[in-house]
Amino acid sequence: MTRTRLQAENVRLGYDERIVVDGLDLDVADESVTVIIGPNGCGKSTLLRGMGRLLRPRAGSVLLDGKRIDKLPTREVARTVGLLPQTPSAPAGLTVGDLVARGRQPHQHWYRQWSAGDEEAVAYALSATGMSSFADRAVDELSGGQRQRAWISMTLAQETSLLLLDEPITYLDLAHQVDVLDLVHRLHTERGTTVVMVLHDLNLAARYADTLVAMHDGRIVSQGTPDEVLTGQLLSDVFGLDAKVVSDPVAGTPLVLPISAHLRDEG
Amino acid sequence: MNATLAADPVQPGRRALHRRRTRRLLSLAALVAALLVAAAASLAYGAHPVPLDAVWQALVAPTGGEDDIIVRSLRVPRTVVGILAGLALGAGGALMQGHTRNPLADPGLLGVNQGAALGVVTAVVVFDVTALGSYIWFGFAGALMAAVLVFVLGTVRGGATPVTLALAGAAVSALLYGLISAIVLGDRQGMETYRFWHVGSIAGRELAVAGQLAPFLIAGFVLALANTPGLNSLALGEDVSTALGRNVRRTRLLGILAITLLVGAAVSACGPIAFVGLLVPHIARALTGPDYRWLVPGAALLGAVLVLAADVLGRLISGDSLEVGVLLAAVGAPGFIHLVRRRGLSRI
Repeated sequence: MTRTRLQAENVRLGYDERIVVDGLDLDVADESVTVIIGPNGCGKSTLLRGMGRLLRPRAGSVLLDGKRIDKLPTREVARTVGLLPQTPSAPAGLTVGDLVARGRQPHQHWYRQWSAGDEEAVAYALSATGMSSFADRAVDELSGGQRQRAWISMTLAQETSLLLLDEPITYLDLAHQVDVLDLVHRLHTERGTTVVMVLHDLNLAARYADTLVAMHDGRIVSQGTPDEVLTGQLLSDVFGLDAKVVSDPVAGTPLVLPISAHLRDEG
Repeated sequence: MNATLAADPVQPGRRALHRRRTRRLLSLAALVAALLVAAAASLAYGAHPVPLDAVWQALVAPTGGEDDIIVRSLRVPRTVVGILAGLALGAGGALMQGHTRNPLADPGLLGVNQGAALGVVTAVVVFDVTALGSYIWFGFAGALMAAVLVFVLGTVRGGATPVTLALAGAAVSALLYGLISAIVLGDRQGMETYRFWHVGSIAGRELAVAGQLAPFLIAGFVLALANTPGLNSLALGEDVSTALGRNVRRTRLLGILAITLLVGAAVSACGPIAFVGLLVPHIARALTGPDYRWLVPGAALLGAVLVLAADVLGRLISGDSLEVGVLLAAVGAPGFIHLVRRRGLSRI
């Protein structure tokens, strides 16, 4: 039986009048990487925001260690769950070092703003993302890939055992995408961090996920290992994509090859 | 457990954090030194210049001579009130820009200025109060009431956001301005008092004025400093702030309370001294960087330096016929335009 610290129970999530996710259940397996996939607007990010208490459920509940996450003190949650939203923005002139240091806020008190432990965590978070030599540079002057690594570094400095990442590799070139995902993989294997992330790239999702969760119209339609989830049938049902799934010659995980219309017409 | 994750040497990151801290401490030390110079100038210069050694004499061992009287009864109160107002307006401006994440935000955005103005006018016209020390209370009460009204009107479902607050502030300010105009147009005495108060001045205040407002200013500064870590996380967006364990609503409420106390107290005593709250945070940001734990004290110190410097300049070039508010507007407006054109207003 897999253990789980973070669960969604029959949650309904939405914005204003619009309900995006309804009646959804999800148990996140501990010390593993869970990747949520699905077409645009299917509620992936909404679910992640709900799991990270950025969005209060209209019904049902999100549980952290068996307790309702919205009833727990938010600082306490922040010491356990780290969350990086999609495309966050930093004020002009903020240095990478200062940004990463702000990840220590849940561990700080008004009477102790900065401790040796804070410095340690920040220095190592910078190093883990390869950003040590950028600590003096302003975040808004970095390239997209460096900026994303700086933000991830901030969530690492938070030193949480659960990490929720909303499309952490969007806007990065392929090499940087792999860098970031390798880092996530190391976090999981070396620190036992539980990671939940939303990804658009199905092939990278298949390669790095222990569990894939496929969503469609605010519901989970399939959940399991990448081999179980990524089938031609699912791609057609969920994405409306005609594709062939082969074994990735590099990793042995499923590889999605779209059969695009222009090829079909010629064939 | 950490070491295994290291992808590059750890030391450079550590050193960068230390360098940064040293630079900020130096900036604040320089601002304190500038404030001491400005205060000395404010005690010494004017229609009747007093040499610095005589100023010192007057402060520590007064003999009752002409210099002593000028320094102790005129310039000390003026300088103290100027420092307090400058500290409050500078800190209030930095907080306001931080909470709205808007570089054009002015501490008057919450309707505090017009609230204080209505309080002063009501005191003079309705209650026949003409002593400054008395109508300050009315001004302060007006400022508080305006801020509460703006906060209530600006609180929609999901709490008060900077946008709803700014809209409510603009609407309430316009309404109060209409009321003020209606009252003073029919009352000569009210018009005169309003005119002088509204220019913004630190002259002719007794030291008691500083004592009157000190409790509120101290409370305001404590709340402002307590608000800075929260403001640092809010600067990364409400989502990141929540993820870092901040209660966004509580952080906003604390900030609004601090701004109201600081700006309400300063404005009721000295009138809405233009440009301090708008201009000072931008210059302070260049010195301390965007970390509010340093920026708010930096902006407070710089606000005090600017108010005193403008006041002294007014005494020197016009024989004290130009009030600090006029001079700051005359110098501040071009300064602000220059800042915007040369560096652009930074995203905050």
